[in-house]
Amino acid sequence: MNIFVILKRTFDTEEKISVSNNKISEDSAEFIINPYDEYAIEEAITLKDAHGGTVTVVTVGDEDSEKELRTALAMGADQAVLISNEDLDSQDQFTTSSVLAAYFKDKEYDIILGGNVAIDNGTGQVGPRLAELLDIPHVTTITKIEINGTTVNIERDVEGDLEKIETSLPLLVTAQQGLNEPRYPSLPGIMKAKKKPLETLELDDLDIDEDEVEAKTKTVEVYLPPKKEAGKILSGETPEQVKELVSLLRNEAKVI
Amino acid sequence: MAKKVLVLAESRDGALRNVSFEAIAAAKEISGGGEVFAVLCGDSVQSLATELIHYGADRVITAENEKLANYTPDGYFQTLKQIIDDESPEAIVFGHTSLGKDLSPRLAARLESGLISDVTGLEQAGENTVFTRPVYSGKAFEKKLISDGLVFVTIRPNNIAPLEKDESRSGDVTSVSVDIKDLRTIVKEVVRKASTGVDLAEAKIIVAGGRGVKSEDGFKPLQELADVLGAAVGASRGACDADYCDYSLQIGQTGKVVTPDLYIACGISGAIQHLAGMSNSKVIVAINKDPEASIFSVADYGIVGDLFEVVPLLTEEFKKVLV
Repeated sequence: MNIFVILKRTFDTEEKISVSNNKISEDSAEFIINPYDEYAIEEAITLKDAHGGTVTVVTVGDEDSEKELRTALAMGADQAVLISNEDLDSQDQFTTSSVLAAYFKDKEYDIILGGNVAIDNGTGQVGPRLAELLDIPHVTTITKIEINGTTVNIERDVEGDLEKIETSLPLLVTAQQGLNEPRYPSLPGIMKAKKKPLETLELDDLDIDEDEVEAKTKTVEVYLPPKKEAGKILSGETPEQVKELVSLLRNEAKVI
Repeated sequence: MAKKVLVLAESRDGALRNVSFEAIAAAKEISGGGEVFAVLCGDSVQSLATELIHYGADRVITAENEKLANYTPDGYFQTLKQIIDDESPEAIVFGHTSLGKDLSPRLAARLESGLISDVTGLEQAGENTVFTRPVYSGKAFEKKLISDGLVFVTIRPNNIAPLEKDESRSGDVTSVSVDIKDLRTIVKEVVRKASTGVDLAEAKIIVAGGRGVKSEDGFKPLQELADVLGAAVGASRGACDADYCDYSLQIGQTGKVVTPDLYIACGISGAIQHLAGMSNSKVIVAINKDPEASIFSVADYGIVGDLFEVVPLLTEEFKKVLV
């Protein structure tokens, strides 16, 4: 089975965010594989263990993304592809999905997995956009997947409810929390990852004209939310505090 | 410039969702005096159409088909594509709901358009509408626009005020028949797990529990409080990782990002990832034994105390005042 994972390098969730020159500052920030993409990698490896085949991880990013690709290889992926975005003046989800579609155009794939959302921009667009460009079905926010031949049974999270889906390969799915417990790379895994193939592609290699994938959206401002002022810590015996809280919520905050 | 704007309305359990009324309000603003029409899909939705007009839609198009009873990307895609081809809207507004998130990127790809997801506010700037949206789960915000081509956005529930309902508003309701070809994904079953039926993303009030809840049973007093308030129950990652509750309840940078009117955090310490998911709530109440817990730094009101003592008292007190 030809299994692909699309992944993104993102800020570590521990990071505080600062803004300079109308951009999120990346100075000294720690980066990780987008946590939802980790579920996708783990599931890809599990599918390979059950059905055989190859796991290829693909990202569109700068040269630093090699680190996250190596981590995916250390987890157990077989090969990695880094599509350089350094020739792009502007990039949004239209851009990324168009670049990925150009990459997949001449590939044979049974299943493509990704995270359901990246924790930085948080749009969740690239997966379903790519599925449409490749003209294959997609299922988002999956929490369970079983493949029998070309029949695929999936459970997905829909706002807390569980939906059971039947579909078929080839297919694109995006992972939701609860799908699995991503493994940590083992030491032998890390050693092996250094020797696994990692291919770097330029836009030219994919016959992409930068103008044709230029972002359709424009960011005009980036800013931090106003800092919250310290709230009111209530005092007194607990029953009095509770009475006061209820009264404050009704009369001061007026939310109840 | 006046625009023609399409709003995709959603229903759940036979009633329209609030986010659809909010989407109409957003569409009105984007339209700049143009026309706002709502599209309603399902197997039996005709009776809901006039309410969309009462909330400000100029007219409604319904698409009824047994294949639209459950949402599937293909069924809805084919329906919307047909209506878009007929109507040529200049802007489209969806709710940033499970359905909206699933369908909008696929449609945007086919329409070769930009898409601004998870919008929490909008303003006019000359010819363009500028949209505000959170990034890094609300640790920062950005303002974005689509300067040419179709303006396509999804709006986050609970952030844009709907118009006042006015039953004197009138407008046409027309229906289209759609020929839905094969569905590549089929919904076999929907298992209801959301216990109160109040969805986290749309809930006006959320009662959330953390590690301090200590067990699955520990969520019971929170559920009782939620029931009295008509609230949804959420959780921190700590509580989910400890198996006290399902991951679908998780609020935070991984998990759901919520902005209710009132967020009651019980036994949640307030890790940065959790704060990212809820700190833009309008009013935050923190209940925690540890006075140093960082949840208090974002709370409007705090009670330092044991949640198992405070929460049941709170439930009793609300019962008294809410009768």
